[in-house]
Amino acid sequence: MTRSLRGKVAVLGVGETTYYKRGGAPEAEGKLALQAIIAACEDAGISPKSVDGFASFSNDQNDPSRLAAALGIKDLRFANMQWGGGGGGGSGAVGNAAAAIATGMAECVVVFRALAQGQFGRFGQGPRRNAIFGDMAFTAPYGLMSPAQMFAMRVTRFMHDHGVDTAALRAISLASYHHAQNNPRAVMHGRPLDEEKYDASRWIVEPFRLYDCCQENDGAAAMVLVPAERAKETNHRPTYLLSAVSGSHYRAGASAHNTPDYATSCFKTVAPRLYEMAGVKPADVDVLQSYENFTGGVLMSMVEHGFCEPDACNEFFVKENLIAPTGKLPTNTSGGNLAECYMHGLGLNIEAVRQIRGDSTNQVPDADVALVGSGPMVTPVSSSIFGSEATL
Amino acid sequence: MSYLHAGLPKPMPRPDGLDSAYWEAAAQDVLKVQRCNACRGWQWGPEWICHRCLSDDVGFEAVAPTGRIYSYERVWHPVHPALQEQGPYLVALVELPQCDGIRMVGNLLGNPRQAVRIGAAAHAVFEHHADDDPAFTLVQWQLD
Repeated sequence: MTRSLRGKVAVLGVGETTYYKRGGAPEAEGKLALQAIIAACEDAGISPKSVDGFASFSNDQNDPSRLAAALGIKDLRFANMQWGGGGGGGSGAVGNAAAAIATGMAECVVVFRALAQGQFGRFGQGPRRNAIFGDMAFTAPYGLMSPAQMFAMRVTRFMHDHGVDTAALRAISLASYHHAQNNPRAVMHGRPLDEEKYDASRWIVEPFRLYDCCQENDGAAAMVLVPAERAKETNHRPTYLLSAVSGSHYRAGASAHNTPDYATSCFKTVAPRLYEMAGVKPADVDVLQSYENFTGGVLMSMVEHGFCEPDACNEFFVKENLIAPTGKLPTNTSGGNLAECYMHGLGLNIEAVRQIRGDSTNQVPDADVALVGSGPMVTPVSSSIFGSEATL
Repeated sequence: MSYLHAGLPKPMPRPDGLDSAYWEAAAQDVLKVQRCNACRGWQWGPEWICHRCLSDDVGFEAVAPTGRIYSYERVWHPVHPALQEQGPYLVALVELPQCDGIRMVGNLLGNPRQAVRIGAAAHAVFEHHADDDPAFTLVQWQLD
């Protein structure tokens, strides 16, 4: 018997708070988390009191037991955290929640992420300590501290090896900003980006300009997962999880930039398992949500998920190919982390669900298969695929 | 003279001693990295055991302080108060072919706006901060 999550779990509802620029949230992070969970339950048509599990990632600090207490949940059955920093756990948390449901450990699990970078530490800043030891002692004293700095050398090496132009990175950014103009939830709604504005923007760390980097935001997002047989309890078009996998390659976690395969988004071992579980091929994917910590991560993720040969990036990565509804592979159709909101990528999973349901603000016609790649270049990374009833 | 302005976090040896030999050697202008005494494989960053043969008999050996540029980045945006007036600076990832291709992170000395070629030969320069508290040494790199 093949062990698989394919088709066993449905997404009954999704929700988020208003998304804010870092420091802009009028509420505390813990309250934002509760508001997103309640919104997702409302979308699902269930009472929050019927939730019996929580899954999150990246050391979210909103403890499931406290959430359950605040929501008056009677019977908490599953409380799970995916290891790993960054957004590499977004689809991993979905997979963990689904695994709990598929194995009977829980019946109704909320995947959530709440983040108020205005209230707690900012990801884009270096540590303020006088002295430091451990892995960071080999990087931080050289001014290599922030995520952009941690990943720029990987992307530079990939671009060097495969002759990739910075225009390929620009196309990824332009697509996200293009989609955000149709999405009222997007923080960058009403703030369009064109080639001239991108080219004139300042360097953060080469090869990343300002618009190659994700935002820092406040907000919260949540998804409600239930057994597949409950998929039709709402009026939404039923949406199923076809696959969710996580992991990373040989010694991906070697410190001081010593992973043997360096110029990678870390999806080379993950993507084949993703497709195998889902029973689909890259050509079957109708719409893609690919985590933009930095545009270079999207580029390598898409190569490693089989959408583009590494030596063909300059031809494939043009804005026209990446935008809904007409592009070859509409990508980051909510505006993504660059232009909707950096909710550590959980917003990408929500957008994938909306595409399958048919209610995206940048809808791809007849979208039946939506893929999400979470958190490139960290370890572990994760990916997921959502599908319509027609894919089962 | 230091490449970066003062005020960034200073490196200290780990309290558990895993990397002490590296820092002590650097203070003496010597580059030492991990080598397995059982299978003789090189390893960096430091681990408690050899990732190849799993022996816990892992020591440190001095190596030729030379390598070649594996990748690099030119940083413009300051993410720490000490870097506010710094301007652009270069970080290099240097591969040591003589040690199974392990890599070291450091700054690439010289003009921060210089063109950098991946594959170029470089050598280590030991940047001592003996009067700091705690005292430390950074292993920097310069193109040959």
